[in-house]
Amino acid sequence: MTSHSAPPRAGGLDDGTAEGRVYTVSGQDWDQLVAAADQAADTPGTGHMVINMGPQHPSTHGVLRLILTLDGETVTECRVGIGYLHTGIEKNMEYRTWTQGVTFCTRADYLMPIFNETSYCLAVERLLGIEDRIPDRANIIRVLMMELNRIGSHLGGLGPFGLEIGATTIFMQGVRLRENTLDLMELITGLRMNHAYIRPGGVAQDLPPGALEKIREFLRHAPTWTGELHKLMDSNPIFTGRTKGVAYLDLEGCTALGVTGPILRSAGLPWDLRKSQPYCGYETYEFDVPTATSCDTYGRYEIRMAEIDQSLRIMEQCVDRLAGTRPAEDPVMIPDAKIGWPARLSLGPDGLGPSPEHIAHIMGQSMEALIHHFKLVTEGFRVPAGQAYVPIESPKGELGCHVVSDGGTRPYRVHIRDPSFHHMQAMAALCEGALLADVIPAIASIDPVLGGIDR
Amino acid sequence: MSEHSGSGTPGDGAAEEQANLPARAGDERLAEPVARRGMFGTSTSGDTSGYGRLQVRVPPELSTPRPYGSYFDELTDELARVLEADGTGFGDAVERVIADRGELTFHVRRERLPEVAAKLRDEPGLAFGLCTGVSGVHYPAETGRELRAIYHLLSITHNRRVRLEVTAPDEDPHIPSLIDVYPALDWHERETWDFFGIIFDGHPSLTRIEMPDDWKGHPQRKDYPLGGIPVEYRGTKVPPPDERRSYA
Amino acid sequence: MGLEELLPSGIMLTSVEKAAGWARRSSLWPATFGLACCAIELMQTGGPRHDLARFGMERASATPRQADLMIVAGRLSQKMAPVMRQIYDQMANPKWVISMGVCASSGGMFNNYAIVQGCDHIVPVDIYLPGCPPRPEMLIDAIVKLHDRILNGKLGKNRERQIEELEHERLARLPLQTSVLPVQPLLGGHPVSSGVQPEAHE
Repeated sequence: MTSHSAPPRAGGLDDGTAEGRVYTVSGQDWDQLVAAADQAADTPGTGHMVINMGPQHPSTHGVLRLILTLDGETVTECRVGIGYLHTGIEKNMEYRTWTQGVTFCTRADYLMPIFNETSYCLAVERLLGIEDRIPDRANIIRVLMMELNRIGSHLGGLGPFGLEIGATTIFMQGVRLRENTLDLMELITGLRMNHAYIRPGGVAQDLPPGALEKIREFLRHAPTWTGELHKLMDSNPIFTGRTKGVAYLDLEGCTALGVTGPILRSAGLPWDLRKSQPYCGYETYEFDVPTATSCDTYGRYEIRMAEIDQSLRIMEQCVDRLAGTRPAEDPVMIPDAKIGWPARLSLGPDGLGPSPEHIAHIMGQSMEALIHHFKLVTEGFRVPAGQAYVPIESPKGELGCHVVSDGGTRPYRVHIRDPSFHHMQAMAALCEGALLADVIPAIASIDPVLGGIDR
Repeated sequence: MSEHSGSGTPGDGAAEEQANLPARAGDERLAEPVARRGMFGTSTSGDTSGYGRLQVRVPPELSTPRPYGSYFDELTDELARVLEADGTGFGDAVERVIADRGELTFHVRRERLPEVAAKLRDEPGLAFGLCTGVSGVHYPAETGRELRAIYHLLSITHNRRVRLEVTAPDEDPHIPSLIDVYPALDWHERETWDFFGIIFDGHPSLTRIEMPDDWKGHPQRKDYPLGGIPVEYRGTKVPPPDERRSYA
Repeated sequence: MGLEELLPSGIMLTSVEKAAGWARRSSLWPATFGLACCAIELMQTGGPRHDLARFGMERASATPRQADLMIVAGRLSQKMAPVMRQIYDQMANPKWVISMGVCASSGGMFNNYAIVQGCDHIVPVDIYLPGCPPRPEMLIDAIVKLHDRILNGKLGKNRERQIEELEHERLARLPLQTSVLPVQPLLGGHPVSSGVQPEAHE
């Protein structure tokens, strides 16, 4: 809606309520919207109803606001209000060094932090010109973590999906299984979420001892877990009733709206950036790209479950590669002393910190190493001027990071092209003409994460 | 922003020309406005390094010489052919072409932007059917070209990517909207308006999307402060990130 | 609030306090106010491994009218602040607030234009829980601490007295002090020799 005559304000009711002034989120052109909807009806007073699925709602996957014009139960107009989680991540990154930027961008889409980090780091590495010098082991670990995060993200989307349509068991199962992925994440990166693990030049630290066995155990049990989810949802008549034929978006609609990811694949097009524009060595792994032809929510659910299986397959290949005999020099961070993060972290008697060998090296053996360590940690490395855009295939679609550098130690501009932001524009196409109850599966089929939408 | 690495000498190649003698090589560069002063984030006292007096100037507007490499030449030729056939003229529409780090960028004149975008989408040899988004960049030092809108296009048919860069001055921050060519740019243009103040002419509802509706200012511009508060911790106060003395 | 607030101090009030405190903390219903990453950890806390149902809290009330506890989980943006205040106002007394995560407690790592630097600018907070995001075990610890507070909470006249004592103790606290030092005793409701006069308020 464009501008109107009344000055913009946050509305409030001063009705002498018990709490005093109550602040509402009315104002702007809300009244005009309601009046217009009312006028559109044949008989005034029995017109279309404008309701607000407000920012606080159990079924909107976060602080998403939907303004729906209803004709009975049918949605005639759907407007989306976002920005309730806008954090200014992109502007914050301009005041931190390149490596510190990872800790910011990781919190954009918080269900898939590894993907945010990877997309940003790949863009920085492209600007640095070190794309082909990233150690192999670092690339394999990156792929492993990305696929693990893909499983976690899909489960974190399917679980709340179940909760939103009223199936608490699906939620509990999804959450329970996601715990296992979080366990692995914690073992490898140290944190359950928002890891800041993938850094420009490689990864922060190598896999701890015993990690490969734990991952193998996870891979052994995972098919049973996904089997349980399949049993709960595949032929569940309520689930299929609420998802089949719902939120239909065919290939024409997808290309018009620029939609990628599982939604595009549910329209039949096997477009996956891991296959068409591979990165991090994805061209060397064997995996399939699941598609569906039903173009509806059920198809997208099927694709997500199949993608979990494919991710497990890729993880197995990663583990096999990591378990092979290691050469003498097998770093996980680029050996370039001017770029690679210097700390070789290890677990000592007083906790996690730079390894004693590293301390001995910088304090006793090499002045240059000490200077490099100091400058890298305080000032950071310098990235040559230019811009780069690196898109990767995230669980939700094409996630890209557009990075502009002016030659300094801080990003000049970082823009995270988030798939959820782009796909929420398709909400109107997905649910106008459908029933109110179909709006929930429509949102869930997009699988938005408000952190990525609002950044 | 040209792909000029650091502040090295601009005069390479043609050594036989008088104008490119090493002694004169810096003149052109010295005439450019200063983009960044100093090596540090703030200009507070206590700078004992001497790097505080460094001045980095705006780099020259270069264009990558041919051949560009990979599919870029073919793509540029196709676009040139299409624009010439149409009468728009390639040189008229595209100011510069930069092929850098495996990515192709067309700097398009803003008046010609809708035509170029329509050609890129519709011509079968180009077929850039998806626009992944538009974002803005603000270069306050480059007078007359402060605001940039950057479009990333993807062709699923040919598996190619290209970037379009459009500039607008601060005094006249208007860029034609591409919403008719790529409907999915709706929210992206709103976001760019919200954060940079770039007005996309022809957008049906250019309103705030991320910031509250009554917010004043465009937060991601360089002249907008980060807006943090000083943090009190154990008796001392740490200033917000954009006001700290930093060595980065 | 209710009739129990009007009881005079004495054995009857103390018994009612114990019963009311126990009842209130036994099944706190959280209002779903998950904003960002901490909401995911809140979700995981509700899952089978770290089980919120053992506290009677698995029925997260989407409607604030039936909720007792608002767990502000995640970064509060400027646009969301009036919404949060409205949700808080819609909750009925007694209500408590846990500010989960550093972003909700103090703005966290986002010290900028878009984030309210601490949800206590908008609502009064009972427990601050740091972490980015806090582990489910940390959230349960915060909830258990809140349960203790609710269990030992006083009503009516006793509550007013308790507020005065707490305020007096807090005003005498030094910035880096970690433990509760003995303070000047209150004599007849006023401190014996302290320049600070605590104000009695709700």
